[in-house]
Amino acid sequence: MLWTNIRRILKIGLINFWRNGLVSLASVLAMTVTLFVIGSIYLGTNFLDSALNEVKSKVDISISFKTDASETEIKVFQKDLSLLPEVKETVYSSRDEELAAFRERHKDNQILMQSLDEVGNPFGARLNIQAIDTQHYDKIAKFIASRNSPTGGGSNLIDQISYKKDIVDKMTRLVDTSQRLGLVISLVLILLSIFVVFNTISLAIYTSREEISVMRLVGAGNTYVKGPFVVEGVIAGVIASFLAMVLLYPSVIWVRNATAGVYGGLNLLTFYADNFGKIFLILFATGIVLGLLASYWATREYAQV
Amino acid sequence: MIYFDKVSKIYPNSIALQDVTFTVEPGEFVSIVGHSGAGKSTLLKMILAEDMPTSGQVFFDSVDIHRVSKSQLPKLRRRIGSVFQDFRLLPNKTAFENIAFTMEAAGRSDEEITSDVPHALEIVGLRDKINSFPYELSGGERQRIAIARAIINQPDLLIADEPTGNLDPINAAEIIEIFKKINEIGTTIILTTHNKQVVNSLSRRVITLEKGQVIRDDKEGRYAL
Repeated sequence: MLWTNIRRILKIGLINFWRNGLVSLASVLAMTVTLFVIGSIYLGTNFLDSALNEVKSKVDISISFKTDASETEIKVFQKDLSLLPEVKETVYSSRDEELAAFRERHKDNQILMQSLDEVGNPFGARLNIQAIDTQHYDKIAKFIASRNSPTGGGSNLIDQISYKKDIVDKMTRLVDTSQRLGLVISLVLILLSIFVVFNTISLAIYTSREEISVMRLVGAGNTYVKGPFVVEGVIAGVIASFLAMVLLYPSVIWVRNATAGVYGGLNLLTFYADNFGKIFLILFATGIVLGLLASYWATREYAQV
Repeated sequence: MIYFDKVSKIYPNSIALQDVTFTVEPGEFVSIVGHSGAGKSTLLKMILAEDMPTSGQVFFDSVDIHRVSKSQLPKLRRRIGSVFQDFRLLPNKTAFENIAFTMEAAGRSDEEITSDVPHALEIVGLRDKINSFPYELSGGERQRIAIARAIINQPDLLIADEPTGNLDPINAAEIIEIFKKINEIGTTIILTTHNKQVVNSLSRRVITLEKGQVIRDDKEGRYAL
């Protein structure tokens, strides 16, 4: 009997959803807007995060060694650095590799190439160090400075140290602030759109109150009166989640084109495509929960048995 | 079967029913007549537990209708078929679905629904309108669908609130004929109306209400207002 009831309620809900045409459309549209907002916020927040991580991972300490520094000395230095717990990776590039890379970068500049031929190799070897966390760069930098000072027991091998910690710090602060601000705006937007969904579905059920009273009078129980409305709400949520996913696609392309180059090659479209399943699941589940809650709440208001 | 015991219904600005007491026996066909505002519809609402009396009690068999819990109310209502002046069909459902809904709500099986609904439509002469929506039907046809819905669960009691109010005389007479047949097979009927012709053609018990009070109760009455 339970299964028969569930099947009947599902069937009635489905048929009502179809026959209620415009009212169903209004619910779907309101929910699509809500899910689109939620999807955009999820996409934006996670994209900013991964963009920041991407930039962070590109930041490293770069040490240019003096041209007379021997490879053996540099390798010892590299080994010592690798032993620091804060260091994630060190990459050694020899003088010849540095020259080759420079030649590759400027192969179209004939004057530069000729000058290089005359001068020989002006480049020292290079060591790129990546920290586990950007906060560790200070400590690593201090270690390098101490090793480079002959008075501190170190050798004078290093020509130049460069690292872009300031940029990373600024960016981290910027992203943090924008995320905090974004969170407030997101919450307001999500609450507003949920409010619209609740009202649209309530209105749909309110317009059926006459019908509901008839159902009650012919002896329909609570589940039988409310069930189909809840099913309608869930169907609206499911359809809205598909629509929101479809709508996100052109929006993502538009944002990608508008921000091309800002994140140095990071692509919102790729992020959308890579996380398609996850975003869809979030919107799908949110759609169902929202439809369920909104219609359940509205039936409590207007479908008292 | 139905017993009104000193029932009063008082609204802030009016008295709908005042000290109403009467009994309806099983198998009876009772017409309740009175002018508009006499309290006829309020009386039927009391039977369906749509409205609560201010004082007094309404019994269905030995059950005090207004003491029935909310969860048990649907079960009670399934024992009562109801027909209204404005038909009250579910607008988005076909004739078949309107009637089937009542059966589904009562937990009847799919097989019963498939066999009983066409039969009920045949009784009211609308077998060919099985897939029509209410907006595709005339007033008389809608009322017949409503009657088919009301009798589908073989109720003990059928209440009809001004069922001929929106119909022309021919349709009204046909509807009353259907009620007579339903009564002949043992269903108790309580009908409210202010249609003199209908009451006189029935020659059954007539309870007359005026300003919320029972002023006449005649066994084989006529319309006397």
